[in-house]
Amino acid sequence: MNFRLARFAARRLGTGLLVLLIVSIVNFMLLAAAPGDAVDAYLAETGGAGGDAAGLRTAWGLSLGLWPRLCLYLSGLLHFDLGWSVAFDRPVVGLILERLPNTLLLSGTALAFAAALGTSMGILAGMRPHGIGDGILRALSLILSAIPNFWLGLMLMLLFTLKLAWLPLGGISSLTASEGSLSHVLDVAKHLVLPVSALGLGYAALYQRLMRAGMVQAAGEDYVRTARAKGLARRRILLRHMARNAILPVVTMLGLQAGTLLGGSVVIESVFAIPGLGRLAAEAVTRRDAPLLLGIILISALLVILINVLIDLVQSKLDPRVVRS
Amino acid sequence: MTRSLSRRRLLRTGTAAALGLSLPLRHPSAATTSKGGILKVAADTEPRNLNPAIVASNGVFFVASKVVEPLAEQAFAPNGAPIGQVPRLATGWEGAPDGRSVRLTLRQGVTWHDGQPFDSRDVAFTALEVWRKLQNLGQVVFASLEAVDTPDAATAILRFAQPVPFQLFRNAMPALTSVLPRHLYEGGDIMTNPANKQPVGTGPFRFVEHKEGDYYRLERHVGYWQQDQPYLDGILYRVLPDKGAIAAALETGDIDVAAFSAVSLADIDRLTQQEGMQVDQEGYEALTYQVMIEINHRRKELADVRVRRAIAFAVDRKQVADTIFMGRATPATGPVPRSDAQFFEESVPHYAFDPAMAERMLDEAGYPRGADGKRFSLSLLPAPWFEQTLQMGDYLKQALARIGIEAIITVLDPAAHQQAVYTDHRFDLAIGSPAYRNDPGISTTILYKSGIPAGVPFSNQYGYADTLMDNIIAQAAAATDPIMRITVFQRFQKYAGLQLPIIPVVDFTMLTTARPNVRGIAANPRWAVSNWADTWLA
Repeated sequence: MNFRLARFAARRLGTGLLVLLIVSIVNFMLLAAAPGDAVDAYLAETGGAGGDAAGLRTAWGLSLGLWPRLCLYLSGLLHFDLGWSVAFDRPVVGLILERLPNTLLLSGTALAFAAALGTSMGILAGMRPHGIGDGILRALSLILSAIPNFWLGLMLMLLFTLKLAWLPLGGISSLTASEGSLSHVLDVAKHLVLPVSALGLGYAALYQRLMRAGMVQAAGEDYVRTARAKGLARRRILLRHMARNAILPVVTMLGLQAGTLLGGSVVIESVFAIPGLGRLAAEAVTRRDAPLLLGIILISALLVILINVLIDLVQSKLDPRVVRS
Repeated sequence: MTRSLSRRRLLRTGTAAALGLSLPLRHPSAATTSKGGILKVAADTEPRNLNPAIVASNGVFFVASKVVEPLAEQAFAPNGAPIGQVPRLATGWEGAPDGRSVRLTLRQGVTWHDGQPFDSRDVAFTALEVWRKLQNLGQVVFASLEAVDTPDAATAILRFAQPVPFQLFRNAMPALTSVLPRHLYEGGDIMTNPANKQPVGTGPFRFVEHKEGDYYRLERHVGYWQQDQPYLDGILYRVLPDKGAIAAALETGDIDVAAFSAVSLADIDRLTQQEGMQVDQEGYEALTYQVMIEINHRRKELADVRVRRAIAFAVDRKQVADTIFMGRATPATGPVPRSDAQFFEESVPHYAFDPAMAERMLDEAGYPRGADGKRFSLSLLPAPWFEQTLQMGDYLKQALARIGIEAIITVLDPAAHQQAVYTDHRFDLAIGSPAYRNDPGISTTILYKSGIPAGVPFSNQYGYADTLMDNIIAQAAAATDPIMRITVFQRFQKYAGLQLPIIPVVDFTMLTTARPNVRGIAANPRWAVSNWADTWLA
């Protein structure tokens, strides 16, 4: 069983690496095809009619053709070198490592929050389908999934920061707290409440609907009737028998959305001024910084692949049939 | 033509203080200023390079001008005369009558933030190696700089191969002459020097750190040459990319100041309802921008001056100022903004809004309306520099439709726009917003002069070439007599109005929004990009 599981994981990782290679080549081409290069972006930023465009192109390695640049980049990758960011004038690795924790913290918390809230609301709604509680929850989820997350963010900010002054406005932490202390952790948590809600609520609504549908479907299954006939407690039937089956599509969805969530945080990171990977990616595009953008995409792809392997493993635990198929 | 000077502005001027007048109100005087505190400022972009001697742009100055100082700063003159310069690192400047040299007297007893003394060799090094060779604006003004003599530590004499008008030099000092520490730059590659990102200067504030995507932190420089200044303990720039978030941060007090119109005009009204919130249009007099219609003269129809004039007649400048800028802009009449009393020329051809006249001119030019009501179709590329340049694109499309010209709008991001307009010339009309920098010779004539190679940004890439225009510009470049030079620039404005190679639409400046306790937010005409030594918190 363990050996099988390991082979299963290895196979998934193998395909993952191939995906990484394709992703990096395609993105390199796409960015190269966009009109204007890093030097154009820089000159547009600086203004004034001077600036030695040709000299900059040589210095930034842009005067080479597309293929030589791609080959250089790929050979760098083989040496685990993500290259030099032309827009920020420093190594890509450092930039990404600086921002990654913030994005992971934001997206991870939002995902966990969405999953926890969505599944529990789904269980509640699915307990008595078409009851009053279900109606309210369904209406709520419809509203939440229809609201764009940046707008929700601004509205939450208006209410909780401006009107009530309960929560801080933006950023990942206050500049005064010393890192590592308990007060720093609390401070970060306080800063995360609004962005995590803005990012997570829409996803929670989705999970709620998935979970509810699963619960309703499970309620009609034979094994639930059997469990009931055995005289098991209602609570046990709900959580052990129904919810365990109903949660499978939610877990699949979680895996699929891990990627979306990394990208979807661009807007939230801007609104709440969190220095994260999403904002960095947006800047990499406007500044035509190919090495930086590719670095971000590679790291994100790697994360998504890892998360999916993890999800596969979780699913195989929840439903042993997954490994066999 | 004389500029009317409000009491409020008069009271704020540093020059007035130097004259020993005792001034209450917003001007910091010893009796009323309080010292200390950190000023929290919204920053919406993070420039790649923070070296103001290489990149003389407002984005860089916004942070770097507090750290690295120029030779002189722009100031409001107390007598209502044209805006003048006040000393920073130079205490005196004197131009030779033939325009071949400028003698600078430098401030004594100034130290760099790392403790080294500042002297004339720093100025000589920066002028020769940076302003002349690397700076985005200096490559025009300092092109013929040949040598800098340093007879003693307090004197630098700039020598030019071609005459350079002293008037131009003076007007260029605030933006073009930031001085770098020679001891940190000499002998290495200037472009990759770490001090480009961690600037070291002589200014009132020391650069402490930049956390990318998060903040910049500056700290009071204890040994600043101006005694008792700066008043603030430090400045913290918070990077806030979202305009809505900037407005909210002002309301909560997370930031004290948002300059360069970082708060959108739509939010301003709401903010002003808050007790004491300051919205100030002053302090940008020497930092004006112009919305203009850029024209590709390679296109047959647009090479005809009658068509260009027709387009000018079709644009209602007042409506643009009132709606797009919500009244915070002035209709433009030519390349020089009205706010520059020194050079502005009133009597130029005016193109008052008159669509009927526009239609007549197009008929006469041989472009009658076709069966579908259209005369011809043009591509239109509004620059993404400001919200308002994009809105101007939408407005122009409607205004042109009214006179039978179809405009097809393409909005590109900065890099793509830069390439399409200034390198590939893939446009018929574009909306631009050049900055006016105190003197038409710095970055304005380059929009009109011919013979500039493709790829030079913010220059005449329009295919416009006119011998008389080139002659006028050449005359101005060589005019060492200030009165004569003003006359030549008046001719330049008149001729530009006649030829309309570019159509000026409105001149606009920026807004500063500040919380009630911030004082001195418009103390000079380049306030946002000046050193803030006299800014304080009540």
